[in-house]
Amino acid sequence: MPKKVRIPTPLRKLTNNEEVVEVNADTIGAAIAELQAQFPGIGERLVDDKGEVRRFVNVYVNEEDIRFLKNRETPLKDGDEISIIPAIAGG
Amino acid sequence: MSDKHGYMKALKCRECGREYPLTATHVCEFDFGPLEVAYDYERIKKTLTREAIAARPRSMWRYRELLPVAQEPTVGTQAGFTPLVKADRLAKQLGIRELWIKNDAVNYPTLSFKDRVVSVALSRSKELGFETVACASTGNLANAVAAQAASAGLKAFVFIPADLEQGKILNSLIYGAQVIGIKGHYDEVNRLCAEIAGKFGWAFVNVNMRPYYAEGSKSMAYEIAEQLGWRTPPHTVVPMASGSLLTKIHKGYQELAKVGLVADTAPKIFGAQATGCSPISTAQKAGLDFFKPVKPNTIAKSLAIGTPADGFYALKVMRDTGGCAEDVTDEEIREGIRLLAETEGIFAETAGGVTVGVAKKLIAAGKIPADSSAVVCVTGNGLKTLEAMQGHCGQAREIKPSLREFEALLEQMAKVGA
Repeated sequence: MPKKVRIPTPLRKLTNNEEVVEVNADTIGAAIAELQAQFPGIGERLVDDKGEVRRFVNVYVNEEDIRFLKNRETPLKDGDEISIIPAIAGG
Repeated sequence: MSDKHGYMKALKCRECGREYPLTATHVCEFDFGPLEVAYDYERIKKTLTREAIAARPRSMWRYRELLPVAQEPTVGTQAGFTPLVKADRLAKQLGIRELWIKNDAVNYPTLSFKDRVVSVALSRSKELGFETVACASTGNLANAVAAQAASAGLKAFVFIPADLEQGKILNSLIYGAQVIGIKGHYDEVNRLCAEIAGKFGWAFVNVNMRPYYAEGSKSMAYEIAEQLGWRTPPHTVVPMASGSLLTKIHKGYQELAKVGLVADTAPKIFGAQATGCSPISTAQKAGLDFFKPVKPNTIAKSLAIGTPADGFYALKVMRDTGGCAEDVTDEEIREGIRLLAETEGIFAETAGGVTVGVAKKLIAAGKIPADSSAVVCVTGNGLKTLEAMQGHCGQAREIKPSLREFEALLEQMAKVGA
């Protein structure tokens, strides 16, 4: 079943300027692999050589940081919303 | 100024070094690394001399070559050059030979160090043609954006956690800014703002304007060095929320050495957090070079960032300079505020209580040696966080306008030793 992924501005060149795309994966790790298959090049922007989510990339499922969930193993269910957001400065 | 970008050369990714044009953009498209302004230091060296600086107005803009605007600044031109106070009475209490307070509690116009970063961000926003400015804020930044946008005739949207101190909310509303309270903590405000910034063509000072904005913090370091007679202090204690200020103070010291204004003396940088939101200090104490995000729970709301964007770099600066981090509880924060007020007559906000409390701990532990000298950065004003001290600093004694009652009161006070 589809889950929505919000694409941040710096990555929209890779998604033909789509702000929101859909995936069917059941975990965050699988969702990133699926994004890579749909939009070649996007995977390496999000994860490093070891497959870890990059230091300056924050990933949220339904507004919760995946580091408070199960990181790449975080499960996804129908209708979940995933946001990919660059780290931003203080205030 | 000889070319259209002033002394700036490009935006450059801190991670991979890829260069980008000097527009309103903040993230490397390849690895999401933060973009930073690169300068032409060789040219800066030629004009930025001690004599030239001494002849300029007493504001942060006296170091203008090292700040990221193309033309002369147009917004917040009187920000900065706050007092560096020799804090002898506090030094005695903390058990250190020499102590200085860099007092941004009296920064202009909104009484926090954010007046520096916003002055840069809005001057640059105007250069880039923006008419609406915005920010995600824990309060002080919102105040600075609201006030300086008003003075510059810009429209302002400020996004804050809805449960902020009343003083900080009113201090944004008064300038006519659109104040949006988000039901959530700062990290949630931040996430929302990142999404809003991608959708609307506004200058978000700490999102798409971040490379320029963050550079404003360096002016605190320039001022400290100049006010010490052009030398960098051996120890500087800096509060950490996102960690940006700490990294920029370090960069400021380094740049001064690079352009020949001070000797390169390897100043140590120390980071201060509240125990209730201490992802960076927890990582530093555990010897890690990465942090684990936390959900904040502290009276130091201006430092309550659980996912600090510059946490990684702040850890690196402390490691590279031989400094370290420490954190203090809410009670220690209040004690720090009281101590600073009672010894030096300076009323700091909660973040100031954090730096004073942490300085005390670092000196007691010998991490800042007792026979040495340190600068403690106070970044905001206590009048904005009155709630934190309400009921924690006694109360006024009420009497009738009668001499007899006053004498009776004095007698009573003498008895209880007050």
